[in-house]
Amino acid sequence: MKLLCCPVNGLRPVSEFAYGGEVRAMPDPATCSDDQWADHVFNRSGIPGVKIEWWYHLPSGVWFHAERDVVADRVLRTWMPGEEAAP
Amino acid sequence: MPFQLLRFALSSKHPEPRMFRTPERLKGSYDAVIIGAGGHGLAAAYYLARDHGMRNVAVLEKGYIGGGNTGRNTTIIRSNYLTPEGVAFYDQSVRLWQDLATDFDLNLFYSTRGHFTLAHTDSAVRTMRWRAEVNKHLGVDSELVGPEAVKAACPQIDLSCGGNAPILGALYHAPGAIARHDAVAWGYGRGADQRGVEIHQQTEVLGIDIVGGRVQGVKTSKGYISTPRVLSAVAGFTPRITHMVGLRTPIYVHPLQAMVTEPMKPWLDPILVSGSLHIYVSQSARGELVMGASLDPYELHSTRSSLDFVEGLAAHMLDMFPFLSHAKVNRQWAGMADMTPDFAPVMGTTPVEGFYLDAGWGTWGFKATPVCGMTMAHTVATGRDHDLIGAFNLSRFARYELTGEKGAASVGH
Ligand SMILES: Cc1cc2nc3c(=O)[nH]c(=O)nc-3n(C[C@H](O)[C@H](O)[C@H](O)COP(=O)(O)OP(=O)(O)OC[C@H]3O[C@@H](n4cnc5c(N)ncnc54)[C@H](O)[C@@H]3O)c2cc1C
Repeated sequence: MKLLCCPVNGLRPVSEFAYGGEVRAMPDPATCSDDQWADHVFNRSGIPGVKIEWWYHLPSGVWFHAERDVVADRVLRTWMPGEEAAP
Repeated sequence: MPFQLLRFALSSKHPEPRMFRTPERLKGSYDAVIIGAGGHGLAAAYYLARDHGMRNVAVLEKGYIGGGNTGRNTTIIRSNYLTPEGVAFYDQSVRLWQDLATDFDLNLFYSTRGHFTLAHTDSAVRTMRWRAEVNKHLGVDSELVGPEAVKAACPQIDLSCGGNAPILGALYHAPGAIARHDAVAWGYGRGADQRGVEIHQQTEVLGIDIVGGRVQGVKTSKGYISTPRVLSAVAGFTPRITHMVGLRTPIYVHPLQAMVTEPMKPWLDPILVSGSLHIYVSQSARGELVMGASLDPYELHSTRSSLDFVEGLAAHMLDMFPFLSHAKVNRQWAGMADMTPDFAPVMGTTPVEGFYLDAGWGTWGFKATPVCGMTMAHTVATGRDHDLIGAFNLSRFARYELTGEKGAASVGH
């Protein structure tokens, strides 16, 4: 991956972006157990595959989602959170 | 020419035996199976056979001996870490390194150079002083020195770093060393092999059989083996193995890259690390400058290398050594680093009985090869964590008892 398509700014060099990690659901801190919370804080799905991630366009301050193959380093699509993913 | 060498020319058969046997096929069962024939897996096999009398052991390697991070690392050996647990552990490793070449009867090119971690900011100076005090308290040779000590050890350096990041001081660690990485894997491998351990290259572990929370056996690309004990020492492949046994861990994988220049006359004696410039450099016995930087910025399960890396590293190297502008880069490469949130490893027993982990070695595990082998062999043989690795158990995360080594491990591997 050398270019990444920001849903707002279009195709930009990857050096303009920061990686924000995999998109994960947060358990409710008020009701979950200590073990569930520790699992959320520390544990990750470290295995390879296609993952949905957070990325950030530094110059414009845009956070968005990218679906990426973390073995081939190929981005399948990017979209704004809450919006329908582009095909 | 030494007669030793002449023998090879005169003999029609190769007069030296191979370093390792190539066992014909897997046996049906072993007392222990070690996944990964990197330095760590082979060292564990060596100490299992030598110190615990466990010889019915197989080391399974999907590629070739030392072809993982062991053969890709920049071989910095030091013990100037930040936590008392870390310092005690790495110090034991530095001690083990001293006798290793004699143990193996093999030249490891172990070369004590002295190691400077440069500080370019007040906060970095503060961390260096903290590390120096922890180290001294635990009997490790470290001290905070001024810029003039850096200049004296390395007259070629531009102390102002091009005016961008003047060097204010450094943590100096006299025992800092480099070694020949391949020879370490070969030495441990040969020593294990001579004691009856079988090393199976081109043999991939595809699954691990668990019955009633206990390890029963291992599925491999060359057939099934039953065994009550499995040690995983697979560095960047760890998440795939823990997934096979249903364990969740904090380990995530980013590439770490490195590069070397063309060989030049010896001019750089010490090892230099700069956390602010994100670079480190040493000169190998061959005369190449071995250089590295921090991790690639995002998850990737690949050993591809990138031009971005060379550009960034070279730019910062020129801040310190402008005269290198005409030096050519000969090679670059990458390894898959198994990172943890606290920059300390994940070692020892796990909730799965008979399944042991030696992982989370990220960018800093080569120096620990001897002590990992020794402590993991003890752990596998007795079923209990060795005293030196209690602070590294996987269970620390659920207790929020992290072993914070980031200040000592993030750039200076
Ligand atoms: C560029 C770079 C620079 C580094 N610099 C330093 C440094 O200066 N100092 C330092 O202390 N550390 C450094 N490190 C870290 C160090 O290299 C590692 O922590 C250490 O070598 C890990 O050794 P290992 O034996 O655990 O893993 P490896 O050497 O990676 O061995 C693991 C083996 O397991 C095999 N394997 C994986 N999956 C399977 C399977 N399913 N079945 C069978 N076999 C399998 C792999 O093929 C591999 O050979 C660096 C790392 C890199 C990448």
